[in-house]
Amino acid sequence: MRAVSTIVLNLATISCAIAFAMPFWWMVRGASSDRFAPMRELFKRQPVGTWLLNSIFLASVYSVLVVLICSLAGFALAKYDFRGRRMVIGVMLLTVLVPPQVLLPAGFELVTWLGWVNSFPAVIVPGLANVFGVMLFISAMRHVPDDLLHAARVDGCSELRLWWSIALPLVRPMIGAFTLMSFLGSWNSFLWPQVVLIDDAKHTLPIGLANMSALPHDATGLMYAGVLVGIMPAALLFFALQRDFVDGLASGAVKE
Amino acid sequence: MISPQARRSLTPWTMLAPLLLLFAAFFAYPLARSLWLSFHATDRSTFVGLANFGFLLSDPLFWWATFNTIFYTTAYLVIQIPFCLGLAILLNNRRVHWRSLLRFLFFSTYLVGPVFAGVLFSQILAPRDGPVADLLGNIFGRPIEIGWLTDRRLAMTSVLIASWWLSIGAGMVYCLAALQAIDPALREAASIDGAGCWGRFRHITLPGVSATLGVLSLLGAVGALQLFELPVLLFGGPGPGLGALTIVMYLFNAGFETGNAPLAAAVGWVLVVLTAIVSGSALLVANRRVRR
Repeated sequence: MRAVSTIVLNLATISCAIAFAMPFWWMVRGASSDRFAPMRELFKRQPVGTWLLNSIFLASVYSVLVVLICSLAGFALAKYDFRGRRMVIGVMLLTVLVPPQVLLPAGFELVTWLGWVNSFPAVIVPGLANVFGVMLFISAMRHVPDDLLHAARVDGCSELRLWWSIALPLVRPMIGAFTLMSFLGSWNSFLWPQVVLIDDAKHTLPIGLANMSALPHDATGLMYAGVLVGIMPAALLFFALQRDFVDGLASGAVKE
Repeated sequence: MISPQARRSLTPWTMLAPLLLLFAAFFAYPLARSLWLSFHATDRSTFVGLANFGFLLSDPLFWWATFNTIFYTTAYLVIQIPFCLGLAILLNNRRVHWRSLLRFLFFSTYLVGPVFAGVLFSQILAPRDGPVADLLGNIFGRPIEIGWLTDRRLAMTSVLIASWWLSIGAGMVYCLAALQAIDPALREAASIDGAGCWGRFRHITLPGVSATLGVLSLLGAVGALQLFELPVLLFGGPGPGLGALTIVMYLFNAGFETGNAPLAAAVGWVLVVLTAIVSGSALLVANRRVRR
């Protein structure tokens, strides 16, 4: 009886796994057919190199800045007792679920007024006020021991250095997890960049690929190759930060 | 918390300054401005009261987009949540082989993102020579043609398949973490007391993961209401016969194809209200649970 149920359990898991893996398999098969002809074709025919660099640049700059801003704010909100603290947290909690699309019309008006249309700041800057990130860092920064901060202050450490040299190294797993989340978020974002980036040379990989797929053609292999190129950098970063990602999620989930 | 004499100090405010400035300029202001716009005409200065909302209510396309979006959100959650939990339970069982490898495999779709998934599935589901059509043809021994991308009635189904593929793995990881946090002694005690499989699931597993399932459902619903990228990439637009028209697609068309920013802003606020209703009722349910 037990042996039968073991077989059933394993079969169920394996068949789900196969169903999940099939799209990846079809993608790799399509992109590598004919000795990687679609891959070579993709980089020859389309400015994929430019799109790739744009995507990497935007996602890297965005994730570094958003981690700095959110961790600093999270540190202030978790480790200082000051008037207005509860109000700031309350307002943020209220807005964390607001669908960002409601900001589209007025946001576009604003970046037009700033003269940012068709430039990278229009993609990077508006997303930097990441309330979700602040929440994650508040929960991570709570675990930084007060005694350590006191001791460092007695030794003459400035408040900003408390954040940079003491708190940040201690919340490293959360930095890894949130870096990965923001990188992926920027890497996969489409609607807003597509609205504000106009020239082909400014486009990101998702926009370029979307435009490519809208053209009438039968280059299936080309599309598979494009998706493969689009997934690789995210996958590489995930492997680099995998440990932190799991620990960071775990540390955020712990309740006191 | 740091010393009480810091209560009136400006230090925390200087640390919050970058965030608060960005928040004010790129969130609070556009949000308020959107609300203001929604009460004005396309010239962005004539006050028209609720006319934009009135137009939406009288536009059958908007009703269709709303119905579609809500249908998608419901169907998405009804399958997604049980599958996340089911897979997590399978992968939490010691008798299942290659658990960490499979866990990574399921999770890996999280890295793909809706745009790339949309392009990928638009190729996979291609009606005549796509791999899914090939596979079905091989299984049934004759060519099987299913209009995944061309049949109006199947449009949302194709979107759902792609979005389950994208999100079940990540949800499974959260469920697995919750399952692993359940004290194994509880399950043993229940077994000794004579609880069967179902009894242990009902009284030990389910209470242990219910908070996680609640969060997953809430975030899943809020995200599903914002559906846009997947159908756009699958169909290059609202789909065959507008079968995959969504609220955000309607918003995008109003704002950037037709150039009617105030109407787009009104759509945005309808979406805000829908989201508030969903999250408000989720919070109510959660509160009642806690009290009981």
